[in-house]
Amino acid sequence: MLNSSLKQFSTLLVAKKISSAELTGEFLKRSRALNPGYNAFITINEETSLAQARAADRIMASGRAQPLTGIPIAQKDIFCTKGWLTTCGSKMLSNFISPYDAAVVERFNAAGAVNIGKTNMDEFAMGSSNETSYYGPVRNPWDITAVPGGSSGGSACAVAARMAPAATGTDTGGSIRQPAALCGISGIKPTYGLVSRYGMVAFASSLDQGGPMAKSAEDLALMLNVMAGFDTRDSTSLQREVEDYMRDLEKPLEGLRIGLPKEYFVKEISDDVARAVEAALAEYRRLGAKTVEVSLPNTKLSVPVYYVLAPAEASSNLSRFDGVRYGYRAPEYVDLDDMYRKSRAQGFGAEVKRRILIGTYVLSHGYYDAYYIQAQKLRRLIALDFAEAFKQCDIIMGPTSPTVAFDLGEKSSDPVQMYLSDAYTIAVNLAGLPGMSIPVGFGNKNRPVGLHIIGNYFTEAQMLNVAHQYQRVTDWHFQMPGGSRD
Amino acid sequence: MSLSLDEVKRIANLARIEVSEAEAGVAQAQLSGIFNLIQEMRAVDTSTINPVSHTQDLMQRLRPDIVTEVDQRELFQSIAPQVEAGLYLVPKVIE
Repeated sequence: MLNSSLKQFSTLLVAKKISSAELTGEFLKRSRALNPGYNAFITINEETSLAQARAADRIMASGRAQPLTGIPIAQKDIFCTKGWLTTCGSKMLSNFISPYDAAVVERFNAAGAVNIGKTNMDEFAMGSSNETSYYGPVRNPWDITAVPGGSSGGSACAVAARMAPAATGTDTGGSIRQPAALCGISGIKPTYGLVSRYGMVAFASSLDQGGPMAKSAEDLALMLNVMAGFDTRDSTSLQREVEDYMRDLEKPLEGLRIGLPKEYFVKEISDDVARAVEAALAEYRRLGAKTVEVSLPNTKLSVPVYYVLAPAEASSNLSRFDGVRYGYRAPEYVDLDDMYRKSRAQGFGAEVKRRILIGTYVLSHGYYDAYYIQAQKLRRLIALDFAEAFKQCDIIMGPTSPTVAFDLGEKSSDPVQMYLSDAYTIAVNLAGLPGMSIPVGFGNKNRPVGLHIIGNYFTEAQMLNVAHQYQRVTDWHFQMPGGSRD
Repeated sequence: MSLSLDEVKRIANLARIEVSEAEAGVAQAQLSGIFNLIQEMRAVDTSTINPVSHTQDLMQRLRPDIVTEVDQRELFQSIAPQVEAGLYLVPKVIE
């Protein structure tokens, strides 16, 4: 049953083969057994989750079930959840019981889904390995000596280890796609502006975007149907017609043009990743797609541009944490200024402080044009590269990450090496495009490999179709750590 | 590019983050590494390009100037580090 799709869970629930309370209880039991080893959850509130499940059972009994009613979903601890500890992986918010729900949480509540817990993450979503969390690193369930990726590493681990049927994530530079790839699950970052950022703790507001993480593309489509939508409380939310992301899943891929950026297939990709991606592309050709070479000439600028824009926006967003209205306050200080300095020095971890310092520098007097404005201009060049490429293809593919999951501790002492591991995913955030990752095999040490699928603006339904058609003829997405396939 | 120790301390001061001498030294080395990574983008000629703020080039939405928030002072103050008589307490600023 653990491997069931969200649709199958829903069918079981509606047919009363199982109640939401029982289903939620099963997953809670699994989390109780596995979480001490994996550290995927920061908070589990069994009683709260079960009460929500019983409420869902009542909704179903009254015949008002929606597709996700009664299904347990894990929430990344970046989404404010009323009455729940919402830490964002930081000591700064280690005492923050949110007084309100994020828009995403409201939407899952309205859909009757059950919150099964808050997942671990890199502190303030700044990291690619989950090692910057104040609550300790998450383990990769395929190999506990490896990182799960980040920053949505807890969500990726929880789904991969089948501690939750699906989870939410957020993606500023690859934080949904890279952990999905490293943990062997599926994840999609929608077009910027599709999912409301209201109540999602801000890191870099012009790049942050929430999205679903699950076993399959079909599950992602169901989740996105709940998550996407206009919200007046998010000033960059897009006002668009409501879409059904399930609508195109069954379309054949005959004639699909897959663009392969020559800049993505380079020597930096390890052989095991390249092999798995090539095999996936061969499968797509068998499904009727053809591949064409495209070029994204400004690819190499993505990482430098990102490490100006993201820290600049972060330094501004994180200035709200001052120990006055909520969050951590240092126990001792001599005056107001000292209280700010000590609260922030003690409340933030090393990576967060590093990024605040970079951001403060690039925004400081005399440097603003040379760094921030220059980076925003280059951002347009990067977006134009994609626009040009999409004239020759319908969708772009490549590896999500240049290597399989690295070992815990392997890159944590060298920030620059860590940053470079996100080279493929970052450009997509800079352009505001949708991107996803699906599992396409295993590489060195039997660690998962992800295929990166990049679509044009608002083509999520097509991307999910492309992923679903592959998953119809392969079973990577059904594989789970330990080999158990019940 | 490398930052001086004084520059690191100046930025830390602007960011209101206390750093010890030892921390400033570590930060100096790491930040210099990151700035080397960033330098590459400064060389590109962008004189004819408009900067991007929203990738859909969206304009700021406007709304009528009416109150939309409800008063939740007690709820919000219940999670504050220190409050008294409905006020957030901080160390004395004016003698």
